[in-house]
Amino acid sequence: MIETEPRTPEAATAPAAGRDPALRPPIEDPILDVEDLSLWYGEKQALHGISLEIPARKITAFIGPSGCGKSTLLRCINRLNDLVDGVRVEGEIRFEGEDIRDPETDVNRLRKRIGMVFQKSNPFPKSIYENVAYGARIQGIKKKADLDVIVERSLRSAALWDEVKDRLDESALGMSGGQQQRLCIARAIAVEPEVILLDEPCSALDPIATARIEELMQDLKDQYTQVVVTHNMQQASRVSDYTAFLYLGKLVEYGGTERLFLNPLKKQTEDYITGRFG
Amino acid sequence: MPRDAETRYRRRSDRLGNSFTALCGGALALNLLLVLGILALLAWNGGRFFWQRDLVELTLRDGGKRLGEIWETEKRAAEAHAGADPAVDRIRMKIGNRDLAGLDFAWIDRKDVRSTTKPGDAELLERFEYGNFYGWMEEIHAGGKVVARGAEAAWRAFPAWQKKKAAERAAAERLEKGPIGDVNYEIEKLRLARKKLDVAALPAEEKAARSAALESELALREAAYQKLADRLTALRSTLDSGTVVLRAAGGETKEMPISGIVSAVRPNRMNAWEKSLLYGRRVFHFIADDPRESNTEGGIFPAIFGTVMMVFLMSVAVVPLGVLAALYLREYAKQGPFVRLVRIAVNNLAGVPSIVFGVFGLGFFVYTVGGTLDKLFYPEVLPAPTFGTGGILWAALTLALLTVPVVIVAAEEGLAAVPRIVREGSLALGATKAETLWRVVIPAAAPGILTGMILAMARAAGEVAPLMIVGMVKLAPALPVDGRPPFVHLNAKFMHLGFAIYDVGFQSPNIEATTPLVFATALLLIAVVTAMNLAAIALRNHLRRKYAGSAV
Repeated sequence: MIETEPRTPEAATAPAAGRDPALRPPIEDPILDVEDLSLWYGEKQALHGISLEIPARKITAFIGPSGCGKSTLLRCINRLNDLVDGVRVEGEIRFEGEDIRDPETDVNRLRKRIGMVFQKSNPFPKSIYENVAYGARIQGIKKKADLDVIVERSLRSAALWDEVKDRLDESALGMSGGQQQRLCIARAIAVEPEVILLDEPCSALDPIATARIEELMQDLKDQYTQVVVTHNMQQASRVSDYTAFLYLGKLVEYGGTERLFLNPLKKQTEDYITGRFG
Repeated sequence: MPRDAETRYRRRSDRLGNSFTALCGGALALNLLLVLGILALLAWNGGRFFWQRDLVELTLRDGGKRLGEIWETEKRAAEAHAGADPAVDRIRMKIGNRDLAGLDFAWIDRKDVRSTTKPGDAELLERFEYGNFYGWMEEIHAGGKVVARGAEAAWRAFPAWQKKKAAERAAAERLEKGPIGDVNYEIEKLRLARKKLDVAALPAEEKAARSAALESELALREAAYQKLADRLTALRSTLDSGTVVLRAAGGETKEMPISGIVSAVRPNRMNAWEKSLLYGRRVFHFIADDPRESNTEGGIFPAIFGTVMMVFLMSVAVVPLGVLAALYLREYAKQGPFVRLVRIAVNNLAGVPSIVFGVFGLGFFVYTVGGTLDKLFYPEVLPAPTFGTGGILWAALTLALLTVPVVIVAAEEGLAAVPRIVREGSLALGATKAETLWRVVIPAAAPGILTGMILAMARAAGEVAPLMIVGMVKLAPALPVDGRPPFVHLNAKFMHLGFAIYDVGFQSPNIEATTPLVFATALLLIAVVTAMNLAAIALRNHLRRKYAGSAV
C-alpha cells in the first residue's frame, strides 16, 4: 500500500532542482501547493514559512507532537481558521493553481470542494438522513428523489449503508462513536469534494472502529485527495503515501511515507519516529 | 494528626455535613409546602363557593323569619369571656333577595333565634338581576291569567316555562348577533365610506353622485335595520311576558318575568349526586359564561380568552425579537466591553418596574404608533381612535418588551450550548454563517429558546399593572376574535383574569358575595398559566427528542 517513489531529486522537475530533498520531494500531479505559509494567533506565531505540495488522489499525513501546528495547517487549507479571532496569515495556498486566500475566492465554494472530517465526530442534531443530505440541501437540491440518491450513494461509500438503511429517520446522535465518524465522512463526501481533510479522525475511537475508518480511507483513495492529521505514527505509516513531520510550527521533513519512516533524513524526524521525544 | 483527633474531626465534619443536608432538604420541603398550601387554600376557598349549601329558615324571637345559607358562625370575643354562652354567637347568613332587603348578607345573633328549620320546599332561584332569591314561587301568570297557584303547582309548572323562555331568549340573541349585527356592521361601513368621501379630493359632481348612491344604500339598510329592530322588540316583549310571583320568608312578595330566572333548585331535597351535578354545572358556567351584574355573577370566559390570547400574541412577538437579538449578541457582535454593557442593560431591563413599561406602552405604542396608524389608515373615523387607544395588540407588545430580556438570556444560553465543532461541521460543508445558524444552530438551541418562552409566558400571564393603561378593561364581553372581517381585532379591548381578581374582589358593589370568586379566579389563573406552560413544555420535549435522539 505504500508506494515506492524515486528517491533521487533528479527525477523532479526543473524548478525543484537543487532544493532540499528532505523538504521538497518530487510530487507528481500536485493538487495543493502551500507556499511559505506563516500564521499568527495574535502575537504568537504558530506556523513558520511552511511550503509543501500535496499530491492528488493520494493520502498525505501530517504528524508531529501536540501543538506543532499540524491541525492549524490543515484548517488553513479550507480557511476554517478565518473564524478565529485575531488570526493573521501570510503566504500562499494554491488549490489547482488558484490562490485560496485571494479575497475574490468564494470561501463557501472552496469549502464545498475541500471537505473536512473533525477530531470529534460532530453530527448535526438531526436524523441520519438529514445529516447526509445537509450539504446537498445547502446547494439548493430540494427534490426528495435526488436527495435519496445522494444519501444512499454517500452512505454506501462510507460503508455505513447496511448498518443504517432501516433507521435513516432516527437521530444521528443515537449512533456509536465509530458510526458517527463514518457518518461525518459520508456527509463530507455527499457534496462530492475533491479533497477531504481529516483532523485526527480516529483519536476518539477504539481500535476496531479505527481500523474501519482506515479501511474506508483506502477505499476512497481512488476518488479523493486525502490529507490526514494524526499523532499516531503507526496510523500514518499504515495509511499514508506521503508524510510531513512538523515541529514547533516548522516543516521539518516531508517525503514518501516509507522513505520518511525507514530512512529519515533529519535527526529530529528520526528522534520523533523512534519515540525519543514527542 | 493523632488518630483519635482525626476520628473526632471526621465525626464532627460528618455531623456538620448531615445537618447541612437536613437544612437544605428542610428548606426545599418548606417551599413545596408553601406552594401546596397556596394551591390548597385557593382550591378550598374557591371550590367551596360552587357547592350548594342547605337552605336554613331561622325564626327570630321578634317573629321575623329569615331564609338563606349560613356561611359562617362567629364567636364574639368580648361576650364569650363573660359567660361562654353559645347563644352569643353571631351567624353570617346569605339571605339574597337584594331587591327586597337591599343587602345579600345579614348578621344574626344566635340569641335572637327561636328556632331553626330546613324547609324541604325552600327554593333557590338564580336570577339575571339582583342576585339569588331565596323563598318560594307562589304563582305563575301568563297571558293575563294565573296558570299555576301554590308553591307545589308553580314548582311543577316552572321547568316547562323556563325551557320556553330559554328558547325565546336564544332566538332573540340569535337575531341580535346575526342579522342585526350584520346590518349594523354594514351601516357602520357605509357611514365610514361617507365620511371618507367627505374628506376625499374629488370633483363636486362625482362627489355628489357617489354621495347620493351611498345615501340610498344607507337608507335601504336603515330600513332593514328598523324592521329587524321591530322584530327584536316583539321577541323581547314575548320573552318578558309571563311572570312569576315570588314570596320571601318574611312574607314579602315580588312579581318578576319568568325570563329573569336562570335556574331554580330546591337544595334541601337534593341528594349528594344531584348537588355534585349542580356543582359541575356551576363550575362550567363560571368558566364558559359571560359575566353579569358588573362581573359579580355569571362566568369569566372573556377574561380567560383575553388572557390566553394576549399571552399568545405576546409570545408571537417576543420570541422572534428575543431570538434575533440573542443571535446578534452571541453570534455576530464582536465580544467586548460594549457587548458586555449591552448584556448588563438587557438584564437590568428585566428589573424595571412593570408599570413603567405600561407607561412606555401608552406613550409609544398607543399614542405614537397607534396615533400614526389612525392618521394614515383610519382618518375617516377620527377623532374616535382605532389603534390610538389601548388594545390587545398594544398590551401584548408592551408585555413583549417586558419579557424580552428573559428570552434573550435563555436564547443566548441555548446558543452558547451548541458546540463550536458542530458549527464548524456545517461551515466545512460550504454552508454560509447564516445557513449554519438557521439550519443547525437555531434548531439545536430551540429547547433553550422555548425555555425562555415558557418563562416569558409565565411572567406575562401574571402581569396586571402595565395592562391597566394599555387596553385591559373591566368589562369587554365581545371577544377580540369573531366572525366579521378581519376576524381578529387587534385593537379590541380585552378582559384579563389578573385584573378580574382585583376588580371582582375589591371593586365590586357586593364584596361579601364575591370574595370566594377571588379565590376561584386566582385558581383559574394558575390553571390557565399551568396549561399554557405545559403546552410549551410538551413542545420543548418534542423538539428535544427530535434533535437529541433516543440515546440521550
